Amino acid sequence: MVDLDRWLEIWSTLKANRLRTVLTALGVWWGIFMLVVMVAFGSSLRAGVSRNFAGLATNSVFVWGQRTSMPYGGLQPGRHVEYDTADIAALRRIEGIQYLAPRNQLGGFRGGFNVTYGTKTGNFGVMADYPEVQYVQTPLVLAGRFLDDGDLDERRKVAIIGKGVYEQLYAPGAEAIGTYIKISGVYFQVIGVTGSLRTGGEGDRDLNMITIPFTTFQQAFHAGDRVGWFAIVAKPEYGAAKIEAEVRRVLAERHKIAPDDDQAIGSFNAEKEFGKIQTVFWAIDIVLWIVGVMTLLAGMIGVSNIMLISVKERTKEIGLRKALGATPWSIVAMIVSETVALTTVAGYLGVVGGVAAVEGLGWLIAHMPDSPLGPPQIGLSTAWQATGLLVVAGLIAGLMPAAHAASIQPVEALRAE
Amino acid sequence: MVRLDKINKYYRVGAHSLHVLRDVDLEIEPGEMVSIMGASGSGKSTLLNVLGILDGYERGEYWLDGTLMRDLNERKAAHYRNKFLGFVFQSFNLLPFKTAAENVALPLYYQKVPRRKRNRIAMQYLERVGLLDWAEHLPSEMSGGQKQRVAIARALIGKPRLILADEPTGALDSETSHQIMDLLTEIHQTGITMIVVTHEHDVAARTQRVIHLKDGRVEADP
Ligand SMILES: Nc1ncnc2c1ncn2[C@@H]1O[C@H](COP(=O)(O)OP(=O)(O)OP(=O)(O)O)[C@@H](O)[C@H]1O
Ligand SMILES: [Mg+2]
Repeated sequence: MVDLDRWLEIWSTLKANRLRTVLTALGVWWGIFMLVVMVAFGSSLRAGVSRNFAGLATNSVFVWGQRTSMPYGGLQPGRHVEYDTADIAALRRIEGIQYLAPRNQLGGFRGGFNVTYGTKTGNFGVMADYPEVQYVQTPLVLAGRFLDDGDLDERRKVAIIGKGVYEQLYAPGAEAIGTYIKISGVYFQVIGVTGSLRTGGEGDRDLNMITIPFTTFQQAFHAGDRVGWFAIVAKPEYGAAKIEAEVRRVLAERHKIAPDDDQAIGSFNAEKEFGKIQTVFWAIDIVLWIVGVMTLLAGMIGVSNIMLISVKERTKEIGLRKALGATPWSIVAMIVSETVALTTVAGYLGVVGGVAAVEGLGWLIAHMPDSPLGPPQIGLSTAWQATGLLVVAGLIAGLMPAAHAASIQPVEALRAE
Repeated sequence: MVRLDKINKYYRVGAHSLHVLRDVDLEIEPGEMVSIMGASGSGKSTLLNVLGILDGYERGEYWLDGTLMRDLNERKAAHYRNKFLGFVFQSFNLLPFKTAAENVALPLYYQKVPRRKRNRIAMQYLERVGLLDWAEHLPSEMSGGQKQRVAIARALIGKPRLILADEPTGALDSETSHQIMDLLTEIHQTGITMIVVTHEHDVAARTQRVIHLKDGRVEADP
């Protein structure tokens, strides 16, 4: 196949049939272009969805309190369900929980808290956490350290600040570790600076968050026994769904909630969500696969058709070549090589065009705030695979026209005036 | 060189078959120059195609240089056409998208001769037919006589033992016909056996022997 002579021969025939060459090439080009763009779009969608979950343990469960919707044990519906430290002890007894991280947020979910450092002030969310929370959502520690058990046990007034907090309160390059910030009038020593594995809105929230020990929070801000919600990692052998149900059962019992009152306790099971997302990814892959195969098939049929027409147009030429000593095999090789050359070159240009389009798309997405899409990706290996696929496709597409060409009888061909 | 023994050939036309060659017996010695004449439809081209292994036959035996040409597979047929035979057609049959030199070199491509060598040899043969200056021209830029010269150079390049020409002057004026016949005669004198199908008596007169065909039968073969 690496016979320069044969390629020159192919080049001369392709050049001689310019219109058909261009038409065929265009069909293949478009098919591969679309395929590349679609695969990249799929990866973009995937990346966009995935980054909201980056660093989250797949078998994590979140449980929070809502309002009862049913009367139970003499209590009226509409009661707020609130947890306290006694619940922590009760949940610790559940066998299948690997990590339990009770959490509180200062100023509720929306509102922030007044934080000052030197002369600068800002408004940030404050999380009261146990060190175990790092097994639920992996923190990205940029400087210093994360919480440890000592911080909790001794109720140290220490804080881990997000990168956004640092940028707003500190001069660029200033050392933050060891300095003191004032949160709602109480001084905390900064022991760590964190970034976020997540991007987009979730990531921004992480960056503008301050984390302090749960126990310190209770004491310093007179929060009493209150626990906002629980973040839990299930032991792998138990599974998140089972632990979710068990935690709900225990809490319902402790807070006099009707066993069938689904409204009273809110919970989120990451395992289930991951499963759903996996299904979506799977569906995207299937669709891409089907569309890809269809595009390729359409391209192949197009090429095959045009080559067949071309072979019929070239009956005389092929007959003459045979009269001059061309073997059937050399005719088959000629037509198949032409087809492969055409599909491969056109397809390769399609890959190049597609990658260029994907780059453009990536630039747009990167410059679009809060885009639900991630950076689209089309690996070099995908391009190579596509090229390999094209060679095979060209081969198959060329077989029928080639067989027809090889069956042309020189007399028949030369008679046609 | 060539021996035909009771060759019969039929063409299937719809439901019935047409008996085109009837018990054709023919012997052509090496180095002979023979012409085949006969009315239109008498089977001249058919006979030539059988001789050129471009077409098969139903009954009889065709011996080419001592080998029986019968039920050849396509590869063998291609081999004989390539190494043994040269063709010249009435309508030249040059590839329109190839230059004169490339057209001449084509049989060598199928002998797997490297391109450079092929082109060099093609130039020698173009020189021999007096068209060296036209090597890079396309057939569409040439006259009928020039095209036929290119075709003759192409027929010669494979060093054939037998050249088969089907009305080589049929599309040319008498002056040009004369020049082409001069060229063919000259080639014959180098020792190549030649069979020329023609309608023209002055063409036939320049060959050593005339074979007359009538309704698929050889009429006079002294
Ligand atoms: N492929 C074919 N199918 C059916 N009949 C054919 C075919 N080729 C030739 N014939 C018939 O066979 C007969 C001989 O044809 P052939 O071409 O050999 O004649 P020819 O002597 O060369 O005539 P011309 O001088 O017109 O070229 C004719 O009657 C022709 O119609
Ligand atoms: Mg004829």
